Amino acid sequence: MKARIFVTLKNGVLDPQGKAIHHALTGLGFAGVEDVRAGKLIELDLADGTSDQDIEAMCQKLLANTVIENYRIERL
Amino acid sequence: MNSAVIVFPGSNCDRDLAVAIRDVTGRAPAMVWHRETELPANIGLIGIPGGFSYGDYLRCGAISARSPVMRAVAEAAARGVPVIGICNGFQILTEAGLLPGALMRNAGLDFVCRDVTLTVGQTASPFTSGYRAGETITVPVAHHDGNYNADAATLDRLEGEGRVAFRYAEPVNGSARGIAGIVSERGNVLGMMPHPERRTEAAHGGTDGRRLFEGLLETVGA
Repeated sequence: MKARIFVTLKNGVLDPQGKAIHHALTGLGFAGVEDVRAGKLIELDLADGTSDQDIEAMCQKLLANTVIENYRIERL
Repeated sequence: MNSAVIVFPGSNCDRDLAVAIRDVTGRAPAMVWHRETELPANIGLIGIPGGFSYGDYLRCGAISARSPVMRAVAEAAARGVPVIGICNGFQILTEAGLLPGALMRNAGLDFVCRDVTLTVGQTASPFTSGYRAGETITVPVAHHDGNYNADAATLDRLEGEGRVAFRYAEPVNGSARGIAGIVSERGNVLGMMPHPERRTEAAHGGTDGRRLFEGLLETVGA
């Protein structure tokens, strides 16, 4: 069983990496990109029976810094 | 005074910090491996060093902040033992929840490595007692993620309670309100991005950083 955790900066938190990517896309001639936010993807390979609660706790305790980041869990 | 410097995998400023503490206090600190669960008895000072623990993987300081030894550090901090976290040490202290806020990627995206001018804040903490409030000092920085961030209410509280220990006197990394270092509510935990331990001898180009350790020693006692 797998779970994917998407970690992104909260809205309003400056994302210089996203800004740099946005700038580069514009430089490559891609018009119409209005904003870019960069985040990270963490893939967990989990033992069967790992509860939603456990995954939630992993996100809260380590995988995301909830001062500045949001996370979203996708179970596969 | 018994002191300790915590040693995390990948840190590269632990020895610099140990030398600064040894030179000022006259006693070498214990070097405590991050997997330890206890600190030396009658500990008077704990140093959390700078330098890319765990390669800055996941987030700077995130993995170190969950090391076994950090439970003992938190307990000592709660008893009032002074804890100084420099650079990655500051990141570890925020990740561990011993200081508020978070350190993010520098606004300019550059790794900043140079001397900077700091203004000493209005704080009666043991760490700033060797300085005069409002005084400017020169200390080097070397970091990629030193952009201090917290919500407006937290920033207001830090300023209102006189907990901004050091402020950049010039733009460096985009830090909210120019914050370079803050202390905990009780004043015994300091986190700062600049490296005072790299400015402790004349051969370093100045001794502005040494006064932090001297002031600390004077407050804490030998």
